[in-house]
Amino acid sequence: MASDKTAAAVQNLKKLSANLRELVIGKGQADQDEIVSIWENLKATPRTLRALVARNGSAAMEGLSRFRENLVKLPGAFRDSAVRHDAPTSDRTRSQAIFSNFFLHIHSTKIHPNSLRISTTWGLGISLLSQFAILTVTGILLMVYYTPSLDLAYNSIKDLHYVVPTGRLIRNIHRWTAHLMVLFVIFHMARVFYTSAYKSPREFNWLVGMLLFVLTLALSFSGYLLPWDQLAYWAITIGANIAASPNELVHALGLPKIFNLGDLNKELLLGASSVGQDALIRFYMLHVVALPLILTLGICVHIWRIRKDGGLARPGGTPTAAGQGVGTVEEIALAPQEQPSKTYGLMCVVRDKSPHTDKDPDETVSSWPYLLRAELLIFMINMLVCIALALFFDAPLSEHANPAVPENPAKAPWYFLGLQEMVSYSAFIGGIVIPTLTVIGLALIPFLDREDGESGVWFGGAPARKIALQSVIVGALAAVLAVAVPVNFGWLRNWFPGIPQLIIIICNPGSLLTLAYVIWSLNVMQQTRSTRLSAIALFTCFLVGFVILTYVGTFLRGPNWDFFWSKSSWPIH
Amino acid sequence: MPGRLEPDPIPRRDFIGIYGLWAAALAIFGSILGMMRLPKPRVTPEASTKFRAGTPAEFSPGTVKIIPEYNVRLLATEQGFAAMSLICPHLGCVVRESVDGFLCPCHGSRFSLQGTVLAGPAPRSLQWLSITQAIDGSLVVDTAQETEPGTFFQV
Repeated sequence: MASDKTAAAVQNLKKLSANLRELVIGKGQADQDEIVSIWENLKATPRTLRALVARNGSAAMEGLSRFRENLVKLPGAFRDSAVRHDAPTSDRTRSQAIFSNFFLHIHSTKIHPNSLRISTTWGLGISLLSQFAILTVTGILLMVYYTPSLDLAYNSIKDLHYVVPTGRLIRNIHRWTAHLMVLFVIFHMARVFYTSAYKSPREFNWLVGMLLFVLTLALSFSGYLLPWDQLAYWAITIGANIAASPNELVHALGLPKIFNLGDLNKELLLGASSVGQDALIRFYMLHVVALPLILTLGICVHIWRIRKDGGLARPGGTPTAAGQGVGTVEEIALAPQEQPSKTYGLMCVVRDKSPHTDKDPDETVSSWPYLLRAELLIFMINMLVCIALALFFDAPLSEHANPAVPENPAKAPWYFLGLQEMVSYSAFIGGIVIPTLTVIGLALIPFLDREDGESGVWFGGAPARKIALQSVIVGALAAVLAVAVPVNFGWLRNWFPGIPQLIIIICNPGSLLTLAYVIWSLNVMQQTRSTRLSAIALFTCFLVGFVILTYVGTFLRGPNWDFFWSKSSWPIH
Repeated sequence: MPGRLEPDPIPRRDFIGIYGLWAAALAIFGSILGMMRLPKPRVTPEASTKFRAGTPAEFSPGTVKIIPEYNVRLLATEQGFAAMSLICPHLGCVVRESVDGFLCPCHGSRFSLQGTVLAGPAPRSLQWLSITQAIDGSLVVDTAQETEPGTFFQV
């Protein structure tokens, strides 16, 4: 069949060719030209057709070709829609990059080199932000497996530790980063304090910082219950009872039970009268939703205020010798009649031999890349430290919670051990009054010390360094005394067994230590007539006291909270 | 002349605006108060504070029985029965019995065998709990009901 058709087609072609030849040979030049032109047209047909389609072809063809074009341009168009500037190669485009990017616009486009100096901040704030980011990510990952129920909580932590791929590493990172964050909050606060960075106009941001400090501790504390091990159970039992400790005062005063406001605190915290399922779910809610939400909001306000308060507090002046004097205006005395009726402000007057082109009065540099690079470096160091800690040290997990037998000694995490030492004198004074007064006192510093002084400089002079050193000695002596006297000689109840409870509550080593610190700081104020120096004295004393009490609580307290010089001398039981 | 005694009348729109704002503020404040009511439970999930510790016949004088679920120490003497809470009145740890009294492992409070506080941060002595007798004769201890130290329940 096919060969028949082929044969017929060949026959026809042959006929056509014969006819053509006959036509061409038999005709004149004009006909030949016409035939050639027909042939030319034939050859051009596809192109003509295409042109025709392009000119007034079908809408579908047009849409498709446009779509193809868009597809080719997609990467470029996508980039242009997200980023509205050229590649950051010049200072202008770098500034644009910072300014127009949601995630970067919290930075100023230019930054003073003194703000970038490591000794200005030690990168503590960015470290804290990095740690919070690490905690958020690892926390979300842990939530994948963790179950907040009495029956399953402990086992889900065990699963994370032994079964879940990378579970142990992620939990370790979460635990050690949380410790680091508490440590760095304290460092950060000390840095801001000793560089006078809380002074006007930054008073409010110091308050926000205090809020973040308290929230960080609350987050750590709420996280402690979740593994539902012995440490968790007893730490929260003790914590909840500290919240209920105003009852001590009610009882000591002999008031009726209706005044037991402490019970309300405890009930709100635990949802019951002892630590159980309700407490676990409450602490879980606080730890994963409520507190992180408030903390995130607080961090946003804190960073926003840094910008609104004029950037970081930093040592003033220009960093290079060439910049000295740039931006200063010398006043010229004129006779009264020659004084201009109008004054003109000059942004910058150059008074030097060398030209200061491309330099503003502060010699600021572009945030891209200098600031961003510094931030990335700090972030990477934090990642490195957290992962290294997590690789080498496992997060502790003691045995399953047992409400009948507390661990002996039952110790809180290290940053609460100073507090536990205070609580071992009086729950109400050591656990509520002194911490509350400390936080209020810290919060009031910028409002009570309003002396003018250079912000951003460490200590700010020899007198301050001298006072700080003296305060370290005074603070340390007083703290050692506060521990040593009760350890060696007992306290009021041992001396006067019948003494009223109220006196024991009010007059304990912790309250006397606080009083000693306050008296020392008032004495410094009296001697130096400086609120700043007095604040340095008080802050240094509290810092040293915190370190010493934490050390005592961590290393020198053993079973039954007895004093031991080393763990090796703990009794065997 | 407007003054303290004859103040300018508040324009109608200002009046409505101001009272509208106050109404909104009150509503928000009221909602917050209402929300704060939720976390305080109406009933606590714990079992009853009363429990049966056994029949008097089970205890010969001088017997000590510790009930770990309630952290209660029941003592039978010639004078009668006494129940003492083992929960430290300081911060709620469970005290341990030593040779001459009780020690708290958490913050080092010391108590005598009668529960009197001797040293440490405990603000008061260990609680003695009330004992009653149920109809079937068993001793019932109520951990929420404190009694005077030295009170013995006689059958």
